[in-house]
Amino acid sequence: MSARKVKEKKGPDEYPKALLAQFYKTMSTIRSFEKKVEEKFLAGEIPGFVHLYIGEEAVATGVISNLSREDLIQSTHRGHGHTIAKGADLKRMMAEIFGKKEGCCKGKGGSMHIADLGVGMLGANGVVGGGFNIATGAALAIKMQGKDNVSVVFFGDGASNRGTFHEAANMAAVWDLPVLFVCENNQYASTTPYRTTTSVDDIADRAAGYGMPGVIVDGNDVFAVYEEARKLIERARRGEGPALLECKTYRVKGHFVGDPEQYRTKEEVNKVCESNDPIDRFECTVLDGKLFSREELDGIKASAVKEVEEALEFARNAAEPEVSQLFADVYA
Amino acid sequence: MREITFSQATLEAMDEEMTRDERVFVMGEDIARQGGIFGQFKGLPDKFGKDRVRDTPISETAIVGAAIGAALTGMRPVADMHFADFMGVCMDEIFNQMAKIHYMFGGQRPVPMVLRAPDGLINQAAAQHSQSIEAWFMHIPGLKVVIPSNPADAKGLLKSAIRDDNPVIYFEHKALFNTRGPVPDGEVLTPIGKAKVVREGSDVTLVSYSRCMGLSLEAADVLAGEGISVECIDLRSISPIDKETLLASVAKTTRLVVAHEAVKQGGVGAELSAIVAEEGIDLLDAPIVRVGAPFTPVPFARPLEQAYRVTSEKIAEAVRGLF
Repeated sequence: MSARKVKEKKGPDEYPKALLAQFYKTMSTIRSFEKKVEEKFLAGEIPGFVHLYIGEEAVATGVISNLSREDLIQSTHRGHGHTIAKGADLKRMMAEIFGKKEGCCKGKGGSMHIADLGVGMLGANGVVGGGFNIATGAALAIKMQGKDNVSVVFFGDGASNRGTFHEAANMAAVWDLPVLFVCENNQYASTTPYRTTTSVDDIADRAAGYGMPGVIVDGNDVFAVYEEARKLIERARRGEGPALLECKTYRVKGHFVGDPEQYRTKEEVNKVCESNDPIDRFECTVLDGKLFSREELDGIKASAVKEVEEALEFARNAAEPEVSQLFADVYA
Repeated sequence: MREITFSQATLEAMDEEMTRDERVFVMGEDIARQGGIFGQFKGLPDKFGKDRVRDTPISETAIVGAAIGAALTGMRPVADMHFADFMGVCMDEIFNQMAKIHYMFGGQRPVPMVLRAPDGLINQAAAQHSQSIEAWFMHIPGLKVVIPSNPADAKGLLKSAIRDDNPVIYFEHKALFNTRGPVPDGEVLTPIGKAKVVREGSDVTLVSYSRCMGLSLEAADVLAGEGISVECIDLRSISPIDKETLLASVAKTTRLVVAHEAVKQGGVGAELSAIVAEEGIDLLDAPIVRVGAPFTPVPFARPLEQAYRVTSEKIAEAVRGLF
């Protein structure tokens, strides 16, 4: 049994225009947010470690557009995109990344540990592969509580080599839990080309070992991601158990901001940026199909940029936590 | 007062808490169909069903990780670790996830869950099924660690742990499961973070917990016959630690001995000694003495295990050395 590769899909004109606008707004917001974070990290305003989601926007957008606020997601160290797509407040996110008191984690977490449980975002994770089992447990709670929500865990190709993936996949499958495992295969496990340390070409093939469907999509095509995620999420809501969706994408930026990227050429990166950028591809599709005018798209993008600017302003002006807060929240 | 076993006391705690709060459930290896490797879950699946008393895959990482996810989303899971020794398998889930989520997410959501960890020496089970590893966890902010020595506290601490909004690790000594002791009828809740003076004395403070507590009381009996009055403290919680009770007792007796089954190096005794050295050095009339296992893995062969094991004689001998 090998994973199913998706070939056919709906035409873009079959989607409601509001949904298409939402795709574009979310992807543009993520791109704009990440560019701003990169700029301010390099300028020394943002401390810690930062991992950017640039180039992978279609995955978070396509998957999470299928979710309600009550559905749950578990993210990774590269988690800003998922958090934005799930509807977290941009101002409080940016303030968190700046280490401010008004941050969504009161400045205790930072970029790698961002979380907004109020919108069903159960947390980024500084440990690669740390989220699989937490997501599985959230799905167990959903099932025990008799709800029809789903729990989605995002992970990279590298994380699929953690034992946590295999334990979670087995547990979710044997208990028929509503989990969607979304692999963002961005070609690099930290700084290592994934195929040099991973036994299969397609991570989705690993689903077969746990008796669950594995589906492969073009992760830079937001329509394809949305459509396949929708089918697997609906299946999980019906109680038919977990599935694995592998989204083939590409990490345009280094593993972290500041990565010297000695493991690949600039030409390789440029080629993807020029020919396979998920936002450019979306624009071409909707402009070619005359579903949006250039002005409409520019208007949406401008509103995304403005919201990010406002978030930045908020974060810069926010107060740092008082030292007395060091001891707050160690215990509930 | 009625007497029941330690194991029955934990069963009563589970039964009462699962009845009181439908969010409480338990999962682990061999607990539903087998009733627990030590029989400590027998009968629970019949009453609460196999959804709430759940057999898991042999996947400690998934067990603890799933408990965290469930705790974050409205449940109050109890996860059984089978043997405390296996907690090394899921250490990331314990110390990077479970312990830190409340703090690093700015207190957004508590992580109310309990890990039950059967520990200690029994039946010459050797290096990977006999350890006392409680001290590892007192080094991790965000965790609470409790360790009862008798049936009443076994019940009272387990009930308190289940009701606590923080992750609590509950160590239960395997050799205590079949021991009997008085347990009051009705609600029994032992406060977490509060030690108990279980025997008053005037010459020396002897602090212990878990199985070594009984050995310490035996030693105190023997020493009383020799004219040494021992005050025995059952620590009950090792994080948070009850400094107040410890220092008040040392102020009275001026001497401190700590006894535990875990290896002496880096153990709970080291922390207690440091607390007294830092905050009460003037109270002491004698050096602090620690009794613990030697710095070796737990050996298998009987004479080696006997040599390794802390006994009431070894504790009594340590106390005598102070006089």
